[in-house]
Amino acid sequence: MILTRRHLLLGAGATLAGCDRLARTDSVREALFSAENFHQWAQRSLMARDALAREFRPDQISPIFRANGTSNPNTPAYKALWRGGFADWRLRVDGLVTRELSLSLSQLRALPHREQITRHDCVEGWSAIGKWRGVPLRTILEGAGLRGTARYLVFHCADMMGSGKPYYESIDLLDAFHPQTILAFALNDRPLGVANGAPLRLRVERQLGYKQAKYLMRIEAVDSLAHIAGGKGGYWEDHANYDWYAGI
Amino acid sequence: MDSRRDNAGVVVRHRLSTRLWHWLNALLLYILFTSGLGIFNAHPRLYWGHYGANLDPAWLTLERFSGWITLPARYNLSMSRHWHLAAAPVFAFALLAYMVWSLANRHVARDLAFRRGDLAPRHVWQDIKDHARLRFPTGEAALRYNVLQKASYIGVIFIVLPLLILTGLTMSPGMNAAWPWLVDLFGGRQSARSIHFIAAFALAAFFLVHIIMVILAGPVNEVRSMISGRYRVPEDRP
Repeated sequence: MILTRRHLLLGAGATLAGCDRLARTDSVREALFSAENFHQWAQRSLMARDALAREFRPDQISPIFRANGTSNPNTPAYKALWRGGFADWRLRVDGLVTRELSLSLSQLRALPHREQITRHDCVEGWSAIGKWRGVPLRTILEGAGLRGTARYLVFHCADMMGSGKPYYESIDLLDAFHPQTILAFALNDRPLGVANGAPLRLRVERQLGYKQAKYLMRIEAVDSLAHIAGGKGGYWEDHANYDWYAGI
Repeated sequence: MDSRRDNAGVVVRHRLSTRLWHWLNALLLYILFTSGLGIFNAHPRLYWGHYGANLDPAWLTLERFSGWITLPARYNLSMSRHWHLAAAPVFAFALLAYMVWSLANRHVARDLAFRRGDLAPRHVWQDIKDHARLRFPTGEAALRYNVLQKASYIGVIFIVLPLLILTGLTMSPGMNAAWPWLVDLFGGRQSARSIHFIAAFALAAFFLVHIIMVILAGPVNEVRSMISGRYRVPEDRP
């Protein structure tokens, strides 16, 4: 038999279509999705608990820090906050904490902060390096006092996604208490712009971009992610089956 | 290559470890290549250095690869990543096991390592001419790998495949924290992504030549030797 290009294309198409069909089988999906657990386990076994993401020199900063996802929440509530220079914005910290907090931007700015020049890696493949300034999340959590049952922190955001669902993300305590995990209010020595998440966004530097929740409104300490929105720990996790552990 | 020959000129050519690894790779590399193109489609631009996004200069900008060669066929970054990241660790550990096994059982030393004189320019040139004229070795000579074969197998097993794995790991922000030397080795995450892409296409080129050679050398005999190990030695030309 002479193999023509057409045969090869048909063959490739047919086998790939077979893979697509396989991926709709529950057991195959489960097997594919379970790779996330392996990667999380392997990476956390290989890295020291507080192993730092690389920090760069000022001359290595991207000329333009690309913004992605929501570029402006544009809801009436957000617009009102923006018009007021975020003077009326408050960050709520609640859930499994001993003291609920409500923090203004100036209160956050007055706390000890950390500066870090790090690389932001989008799940799509691009990277941008920027200089972030913010309050270590650890400082806030120590102020609020986590209860013993708290296992995750959920970050509720001001932006609504296409489906009318609010963006949210979550991390576990290992990342929450990491020295580079900060609530950033400045990028490249300027107040965080609207496209990059004004007035406050999360930086969790050992994971991909979709974990870096923008437009933070509320941090909720929980014992399980099962009862938050779709139950998978984040907007993209719920709506597009992204991995919750985004270290790879 | 084990040359136990029976009366009909049939030998057991490939070890079980080689045969298993070969077919596992055929499956995994197919999944990895096609799902990799699916992931690439999310941002079909390549850069050198630590950073690179839409407003930075790219050394390569492509259209999205079309559905017949991507997994899944319809653009779905999350599913492409699930396929890729599920297949990758299996592939990496299988390669490691095969390397260790092949060094231990002397497959590398006996069959793949260059012998004295293999790399002499005259010998290499002769081998290139033989390939160009499609003169394939017969008899005993057919049981040994020629110098171009050795070079390509060694190049793939010990250079291209490890490069793919290491550059793949370098793109992971978690691995960057765990093994910071990875980023230094490749000069940045975006350089690693570019090298990953180039190595994937080098492997695709190897695959094409490999298939062409199998077809030219007698596909039934060659494929059988990779399934059951049994290989009929081509008779000497008169």
